[in-house]
Amino acid sequence: FCFIDRTSTSSDCFKKPKTKRAKRFLEKREPKLTENTKNAILIKVIQKIPNPYLFFFRKNITRPFEDQTSLEFFSKKSDCSLFLFGSHNKKRPNNLIIGRMFDYHVLDMIELGIEKFVSLKDIKNSKCPEGTKPMLIFAGDTFDLNEEYRRLKSLLIDFFRGPTVPTIRLAGLEYVLHFTAMDGKIYMRSYKVLLKKSGCKIPRIELEEMGPSLDLVMRRTHLASEDLYKLSLKQPKALKPKKKKNISHDVFGTSYGRIHMQKQDLSKLQTRKMKGLKKRPAAKMTEEDEGISPKKSKSVL
Amino acid sequence: RGKPPARGERLAGCLAAMAALCVEELLARAEQREAEPHRSVAVQKELELEFDLGNLLALDRNPPRAAGAQRESRLRSLARDNTQLLVAQLWGLPAGRAEGATGPLVAQLPEPFYRLPREKPLPRPRPPTRWEQFARLKGIRRRKRTSLVWDEAAKQWRRRWGYARAGGDPARDWLIEVPAGADPNEDQFAKRLRDKREKVARNEFNRLRNIARGALPGRGLHPTGHQSRAELGRATQVARVSTASLGRFQPRLPKEPAAPPPRGGKKRRFEPLLGDLAAERSRQLELLRGLGSKKPPLDLTRAVNKQLREEDAQAAKGKGKKRGQRGKRGRQRPGGGKGKKGGARRQQQRPAGRKRS
Repeated sequence: FCFIDRTSTSSDCFKKPKTKRAKRFLEKREPKLTENTKNAILIKVIQKIPNPYLFFFRKNITRPFEDQTSLEFFSKKSDCSLFLFGSHNKKRPNNLIIGRMFDYHVLDMIELGIEKFVSLKDIKNSKCPEGTKPMLIFAGDTFDLNEEYRRLKSLLIDFFRGPTVPTIRLAGLEYVLHFTAMDGKIYMRSYKVLLKKSGCKIPRIELEEMGPSLDLVMRRTHLASEDLYKLSLKQPKALKPKKKKNISHDVFGTSYGRIHMQKQDLSKLQTRKMKGLKKRPAAKMTEEDEGISPKKSKSVL
Repeated sequence: RGKPPARGERLAGCLAAMAALCVEELLARAEQREAEPHRSVAVQKELELEFDLGNLLALDRNPPRAAGAQRESRLRSLARDNTQLLVAQLWGLPAGRAEGATGPLVAQLPEPFYRLPREKPLPRPRPPTRWEQFARLKGIRRRKRTSLVWDEAAKQWRRRWGYARAGGDPARDWLIEVPAGADPNEDQFAKRLRDKREKVARNEFNRLRNIARGALPGRGLHPTGHQSRAELGRATQVARVSTASLGRFQPRLPKEPAAPPPRGGKKRRFEPLLGDLAAERSRQLELLRGLGSKKPPLDLTRAVNKQLREEDAQAAKGKGKKRGQRGKRGRQRPGGGKGKKGGARRQQQRPAGRKRS
């Protein structure tokens, strides 16, 4: 017995899309093997960052920690899985909630307090073009020892990673985000990378402070349970690269293959047939010898 | 005493001296430069960094020493060192030139290693539909159809379906020929409309059936945290009934409404003692009437006909099973009408007393 749930939220399986465009829209949003780049919703944030992966909202979402339904609703409508919620009140001044969703439900949410903020505009120098994939560096052993910090690291990587690309232009590595966990605070700094000449192939790096820099303090967290987190980490088997068996590679790049053969009877091996090597009875052989030599002498003469 | 050097010679001498100086300077500078980069690209760290080049990520496990005063400059130098190491790794990747020999230098990034949670759950493989199963069995493969079809009547390439299609729009026909075996009084236009509606309905039914086949049993019964009131009600009902005694001895939940009165069932039901007096009176009078009448309670004719009808129905079901598997699905068999007519005919032909053969 299995019944079709007509009031389920996945009503797209009952409503067939009428146009090709609608069909493409739904296909883009359904679960896939290789996923789309994650989009983020920014709510009530003072700065507006134009970026193809960000959506700017200013709706009635008051307290993400208490009620998550409106957040989830907006995430579903805009197909965004990351969100950033800024607020300010007496109890929690300069609050920033950073979070992500799994299947349009809140997976992890971490509340950070901003202690010091230097914006893009305050630092007057040339910036890197928007949309540059940043280099991310996390310094500090707290990011590995503390469970909350570990999740925060994962969240920040998810947020700032950008689209996954197969190749990258080496001269275009201009932006680096550096996170340091020290004394219970997290220092986030953005630098512009200047590649200077050095004698060898690898350039010397000089950094120039650019971009926003924040001093953050972790406040409340709402982390997903272990099994839900494990479920969200599951990768499809199809994506794992299939290891080719019996092929090995040399240091020099030569590839070697192994062939497994059955046991062979070497006495019965089929080699090239040469009439002269044919097995003959011994008497016949002596006659032939004598026969052959006069012929030979004849030809020589 | 030699002559003093000529102007040209003097010039040459000066130039040579200058060149020697320049060369020395150049050599000195080159030496300096050589010594420098070995210092400037190298970075000393206690613990090695962990790299995930697919994400352009570096993880430094060393406890940072940037506390107190000059924090900004210390942070910046730490960042510089870490970035230097990361860039060194990136430069070590296999690189090529994009867009020909003069294009920009481009490195091949490996797959991202750091596992990040997915956005949506993994897609479940859906079971093959009835057609897919059949096609696989028969070895039928999908043919790619051309988008345009040659229309003989219009002598033109027309699209296969849609606006101005090849066969002419069937809905706009002002004339439909009555086919050979059809009833001349039948409305062919209505018939066409009816057939189309049936086809659409059957298609939709099959689509929903395919979806239901793909749905796991117990769909909508697992707690997801975002179910509506109706869904939860259904889930609680199923949970109640899933006991060994089918929910008969399950106590109601605190705020659950009282159980609805049981209806149906073939077990004995007793009416309440002081219920509907009028119904009780009429029931008792009916009973008395039956007792007082002279007619026998069992109508033999009707009983025999009923038995014969049942036998015929059994026989028909046996035959129909074999035919139904081969025939078209969805064709409605007017079983009700046939049965009624047959019964009336038989009643005339077979009087009471006829023995079963």
